[in-house]
Amino acid sequence: MSTTVPAAAGEVREEAARGGGGRDVDRRPRMTDRARKERNLGWLLAGPAFIVMLAVTAYPIANAVWYSLFDFRLTDPDGRSFVGLGNYGLILSDPLFWRQFGVTAGITVVTVAVEFVLGFALALVMHRALFLRKSVRTAILVPYGIITVVSAYAWQYAFTPAYGFVNPLFGTDLNWFGDTLPSLFVICLSEIWKTTPFMSLLLLAGLAQIPSTYIEAAKVDGATAWQRFRKVIVPNMKGAIMVALLFRTLDAFRIFDNVFVMTQGANGTETLSFLAYRQTITRVMIGLGSAVSVILAILVVLIAFLFIKGFKVNLAEQRGGS
Amino acid sequence: MTAAGIAACGGDGDSGAPELTWYINNAIQEDLAVACNEQAEGAYEIEVSLLPNNAAGQREQLLRRLAAGDQTVDILSLDPPFMAEFANAEFLRPFTDEEREEFSEGVLDGPLEQSIFDDTMYSAPFYGNTQLLWFKRSVAEEAGLDPENEPVTWDQLIEAAEQTGTTVAVQGRRNESLMVWVNALVESAGGSILSEESEGAPADEVEATIRDEAGAEAARIMSTIATSEVAPAGLSTAGEEESRAAFQSDDGGFMVNWPYVWTAFAAAAEAGAVAEDFQDDVGWARYPQVVEGEDSATPLGGIGLSIGAYTSEEEAALEAVRCLRSPESQKLYMLTSGDPGAASEIYDDPEVQEAFPMYEAIREGLTDAAPRPISAFYGDVTGSIQQGYHPPDQLSPETTPQETADFIEGVLRNEQML
Repeated sequence: MSTTVPAAAGEVREEAARGGGGRDVDRRPRMTDRARKERNLGWLLAGPAFIVMLAVTAYPIANAVWYSLFDFRLTDPDGRSFVGLGNYGLILSDPLFWRQFGVTAGITVVTVAVEFVLGFALALVMHRALFLRKSVRTAILVPYGIITVVSAYAWQYAFTPAYGFVNPLFGTDLNWFGDTLPSLFVICLSEIWKTTPFMSLLLLAGLAQIPSTYIEAAKVDGATAWQRFRKVIVPNMKGAIMVALLFRTLDAFRIFDNVFVMTQGANGTETLSFLAYRQTITRVMIGLGSAVSVILAILVVLIAFLFIKGFKVNLAEQRGGS
Repeated sequence: MTAAGIAACGGDGDSGAPELTWYINNAIQEDLAVACNEQAEGAYEIEVSLLPNNAAGQREQLLRRLAAGDQTVDILSLDPPFMAEFANAEFLRPFTDEEREEFSEGVLDGPLEQSIFDDTMYSAPFYGNTQLLWFKRSVAEEAGLDPENEPVTWDQLIEAAEQTGTTVAVQGRRNESLMVWVNALVESAGGSILSEESEGAPADEVEATIRDEAGAEAARIMSTIATSEVAPAGLSTAGEEESRAAFQSDDGGFMVNWPYVWTAFAAAAEAGAVAEDFQDDVGWARYPQVVEGEDSATPLGGIGLSIGAYTSEEEAALEAVRCLRSPESQKLYMLTSGDPGAASEIYDDPEVQEAFPMYEAIREGLTDAAPRPISAFYGDVTGSIQQGYHPPDQLSPETTPQETADFIEGVLRNEQML
């Protein structure tokens, strides 16, 4: 596991390198023949992969955007008609969309907040563990290795009133999946259990980046543990924190598996991904479903944009720092 | 799935027999494929491919395959309520008039009715299914009820369960089984979920009649059970198996469920989950009435055998369907799976009568059954009902029927999302 950490840290630095595009532009006129040839070779080598990427991502995206302009039901191919932005109008004016947007946002905020606190604590434990270091790290990462559908079933069985162990254990008599809030509670719990390790892994990468001299210097200056954490550790891993929060927020916002397995969307637990699934797969309304997916994609891009702006982290600068 | 893929790529095997893929909804159906392959003596070779274990999953997989023009879908085990949607999209090969006559002969009314859409047969009735009222004889006696001889109403059941401190187990989970319950209640109250003219109507002309009195009566009965002491724990998430578990527990009194539970009781007794003589205390009767004195419209399920529109082995598939739906096959399947056959004659068979002492109630249920709405947009209709009539403890006879009807029509007119 220890090999993973530098690799993850390296990824952050790589991103930083890519972010520094501005400087490359300045350098371009002074490029030597050799550098130009290397660049061409680079394109040549990366070209096939680039084309494949376009074929498997750009094409389906463009296709979905195109379909989203039609009223098109798979079982009624003759009834296909162009409706322009009609599907988008329908979705955005439907209270169902906004309710599910609210549920999705709620799940995202709760799970990411809890995961962040827990993940940070676990990252500190993994970072500072003096003995059994590898075992501790492995143990913490186990839930992340479990397939979401499997963990969703495990949590569902645990909380099912008829044969689950949770009710007898706590002496309760609650039908956990019979109402909105308890269902969402179990869904969030499963999500948190499953992905906190991912959060802590990314944060651990950030922790590992902080030179120990910073912390030692703070210690010498008489900083308490809390002060060191707030004034030295957190500011120095801002980039890692942003990446961790961003990745998890994007993931959480697209939550599907847990809801699908545990409630099938009953009791107001549907999320936006579920809405897209229901329109596209269940109702085979390809046009409407594509429009929901496009809206979901736009929201995801918006979240990423807000995070990068909000954190004011210039990943390129971090590169100089390290 | 893999087997189907390989079969499709490999073409004819060594035997030279046309290879057929049968998409089955229950693993036990494979036995029939084996039996028919033997009888066919090389006329065809059926391979099976198992579909997901819930109705919605089966529909989704078949629909997507057929929408993509999948030629390996030769024969399908199709849940009848979904047939109209498939037929309307021209995903199924219609049976000719002669074939229709052949596959209708001796078939009970319920299963037959649900295999016809737009006056054309698209599924050969294979097995029918109907729910019965199951009760503990000791509990019924204590409450002074005699459901076997004296038809009971839902209200009587609720009262009897209250008196005896027992439960009325029903399927309140938000899936197809909830739709079965709602439809049976609405039809038994003399109404229907969709108007009669809606059967072949385009989406924007479908009319939801659940807003009428019968829809209110259904909401009243459902919410009365769900909000009273007679509701088993976890009613809003209970499917057939959860209902059976509730009925088998000490405070179980009454239950509506499919006949498969009879064989399941025997298995539970053998496994020690219930007392050895548990079955002795279990009685059965026709599905409860909504209006006293008016026969109930019994719930109807089952499976029909359809031929995919894109099959390249039409003749062989037809031959195979002949064998798979034959009364002999139906009997074999009934004895192994517990799912009742669609043909009337198998209920006269001594073996069937011995294994299913309630055979007469099943036959009656399959005859007087009310199919779920036949519509090309059934998927949207059932989805809307499952939202409108769930959770059962929050229904209101005053608002639920109206809201649900508006919702069905809104969804079908593409003014609302589901």
